[in-house]
Parts: sequence; C-alpha cells; structure tokens
Amino acid sequence: MAYRRSLPARGSSAGFRFTLYAMLSIALMFMDQRSGLLQNARYLLQAVAYPVQLAVSSPSAAWHWALENLETRDSLRAENRRLQAHQRELELRVLRYDALAHENAALRGLAAALPPLAERWLPAEIVNVELNSLRQRVLIDRGTRNGVFKAQALLDEHGLLGQTTHVGPWSAEVILITDPEHAVPVQIQRTGLRTIAVGGGNAGALALPYLPSNADVKRGDLLVTSGLGGVFPAGYPVARVAEVHRDAVQPLAQVRATPTAQIDRAREVMLVWFREGHPAAPVKADEGDLKTGLIGMQPQSRPLIAPSPPGKGGIQ
Amino acid sequence: MIMYGREPRGRMAMSSLVALILTALPLPPMLETVRPAFLVLVVLYWSIATPRAGGITLGFMAGVALDAFRGPVLGQHALALSLVTYIAVREHQKIRSKPYFQQALIVFALLFVYEFVVFSIDGWSGHPVTSGLRWLHPFTGAALWPLLAAVLERTHSPR
Repeated sequence: MAYRRSLPARGSSAGFRFTLYAMLSIALMFMDQRSGLLQNARYLLQAVAYPVQLAVSSPSAAWHWALENLETRDSLRAENRRLQAHQRELELRVLRYDALAHENAALRGLAAALPPLAERWLPAEIVNVELNSLRQRVLIDRGTRNGVFKAQALLDEHGLLGQTTHVGPWSAEVILITDPEHAVPVQIQRTGLRTIAVGGGNAGALALPYLPSNADVKRGDLLVTSGLGGVFPAGYPVARVAEVHRDAVQPLAQVRATPTAQIDRAREVMLVWFREGHPAAPVKADEGDLKTGLIGMQPQSRPLIAPSPPGKGGIQ
Repeated sequence: MIMYGREPRGRMAMSSLVALILTALPLPPMLETVRPAFLVLVVLYWSIATPRAGGITLGFMAGVALDAFRGPVLGQHALALSLVTYIAVREHQKIRSKPYFQQALIVFALLFVYEFVVFSIDGWSGHPVTSGLRWLHPFTGAALWPLLAAVLERTHSPR
C-alpha cells in the first residue's frame, strides 16, 4: 500500500538515484583531487563542521576547566615557583643566545646581527575531537580568521609537531609529523647528515628509511629540521634517535626515532610565522614546483643564500 | 512495518546527528580501534526500515558529513555510503524479515563492503593507510546491530 502510494511521488527508482549519487561522488573526488575547484566547498564544510566538533569536545573541555578550577592553592604556588625558576633559566639562555648571535655576526663580518627568525607566534589549542583514528591528524582552534595558512609549521615547546593541511575560517586540520603520509626533511645535529623522517603511524614513532647502513647515526642523536623542502625553517628539534638496526645483508639501516614534541599530550601549541627573506626561513609555496606531490618532500627551489636581484645586468 | 501517515524525517536527522557526534567523540586509544561506524549503522537502519524516506539521499548526505570530518578526499565516504544504502534499500524486504542475528550478519557484510570502498579510494587517491586495524569495526558494528535496531525501532513505531 505504502509502496503504491509513494512511488509516483518519489519519482525515481533506487537504482537511478544510486547512479546519480555515485556519479556525483566520483565527480567530487575527481575535482577535489585533481583541481582546486573545491577549495571553497571545503572551506565552507569546515566552517559548518566546526560547531559540531566544538560540541563534541565540550565534555572533555569542561572536565579540564573543572580540574583547573579545583586546583589547590598549594599546587598553584608550587607551579608558580617552578615556572619562575624555568623563566629565569630561559632568560639566562636568551642572554647567552644574544651573545652568541653577536659573536656569530662579528665572525661572519656582518654589520648587524640578523633579525630573529620567527616573526610572530600564535598560541592555539587542540580541539579534543577524533578525526580519524587511522591517521595522525588533529584539529586546532585557529583558522584563516587568525591568519593561518595552508602548510604552516606547528610547534610545541619541545619541538616540531606538524603542519596545517585543511584550513577553515575558525579551525584548521593539522597533519602530525608521525602520520605515515608525512615526511620532514631533517638533519642529524651531530654530523650534519641530511635525510628524511617519515611518520611511523603512531604517536611515538618516526622512521628514517633512507639512511645507508654505514651512515654515522647513533642512539640519542638529535634530529633537527634541515630547512629543505620549504615548509619548516632550519634548526628546530624534531626527534631523537631511539633505535638503530644494522643488518649485514641490507643496504639501508633501520632507524627509529621518537619525536621530542609531546605528540599525544600537547594541548597548547604554537603557530609560527617566519620573517621572509631570512636565510633559514622556509620558501613560499608558490615559489617553484611546490604545487604537486607531497609538499614536505619537494626540493627547495631557492638557494640558501639570497641570489642577486634578477636584473639583466647581473653576472651571467 | 507500516508507515504511520508520514515518514520519520526528523527522527532520521536527529539520530544521524547523534551518530555523527558519537563518531567524533574522543576515546582512549584502546577503544578507538574498535569504535563501530555509528553513522553507517544508523543510515543502514533507516534504509532498511523506511526505504522510501530518504534512503540513498540520507546515505549520500551522511557520507558528505563524514568526508567533512575525516576524509582525505571529498566524496569518498559519500560514494561508499551511497553504495551500501543502495544495496540495503534494494534488499530491504529480505533483510528486515529476518531475525536480528541474521540481520547482523548481513550488516557485517555491508560494513565490510563500505570499508573496502573507503580503503580502495584511500589507495587510489594516494593516501594509503597500511594499518590492519581498519577492518575491526565491522565486527563491533555487527555486534551492536541488534541493540541499535531495537532502540531505533522504538523511536518510530509505537507498538
């Protein structure tokens, strides 16, 4: 009965509608993958999804808020003392850093010390919502309204966390350095050897799959960003080598490293803007061939030393 | 199952929203891997119970919502969900005449098809996930089905 009544009203059969939606989905995928036609649609979807995501994260946010409010006077005082000590230590370190920067500038024969690398910092908070348990992604509560852009570096106080992938108006999706799809160009601080650190798929692991088995790498070596690839600036800590496995028959060493950043515990993170033109700053995405492929894997299109202005009268 | 005048559109939307929230709720990592695909289950329930009210359209819309939350490519979950809702709508009479236990087996197969489509698109679009944990959720989803179907049935058919 219901069938006969509603059939003319519905118009189309299930098969027809399925074909329609399947074609629509495939068109969506094609447009999203092959061209930038869906940038605006994604932006809009992200804006629509954000209130839901905030609602989802609100119980845990409330829990954290309650915990913070119930902290006793004693524990607050203890924390205050600890933070003051920490700040003093940092101030001392900054003084030493300034002295070193001056010395470096003098040694290089530069008239003035280089301007600081990071131009602007913006604290952001990780929204506690599950995006995809199979991937290492998180959501932060800053978006284009705060000036966040795609492929922006994200740090916590211990090291590199990741970079933004999809940026909405008030929120941004971040791919962590431990995601298997993510790769960071790194340098072993002790030796200066450059390689690539690929995400291992869980919060505690990075892999260095491209090191030959005779490479000089030891347990405990610090990996810092090398600045190649044009997304991350040079010299920020990424991970510490946890395990080196050399096999006599394998041409490559198996190296595992643990991120220095608190990948699964960090709630407060830092978004960084870099001073353009600084030698160690990342190149912009629109310079060179950075539009295709994995952005972190692309070669740097600009030499480290700024070239002479591209005039016709330059040295050929 | 007889329609009482009008189709439960509002309830479909509400239950889908609740399922979407359950999908995004943060859980400890141990439970994370066995979290059932709530939204897929709810959409499957509605396409079997009220195939004329929404069905594939609901599946497509829920898929786009999932894509907005977690998809590397837009349209991925939309295609997978359209496919399984289409199968469910086509076979709804056969499925709903069976007891809950047998329904759960069919739902398991549908969840598996869904995950396979998502998995294939992950690979084709260049965002592969190598972990085998993704194949766990059809088991918990099928185990949850009798409970979920019983609860949803009470919301729209007073007996």
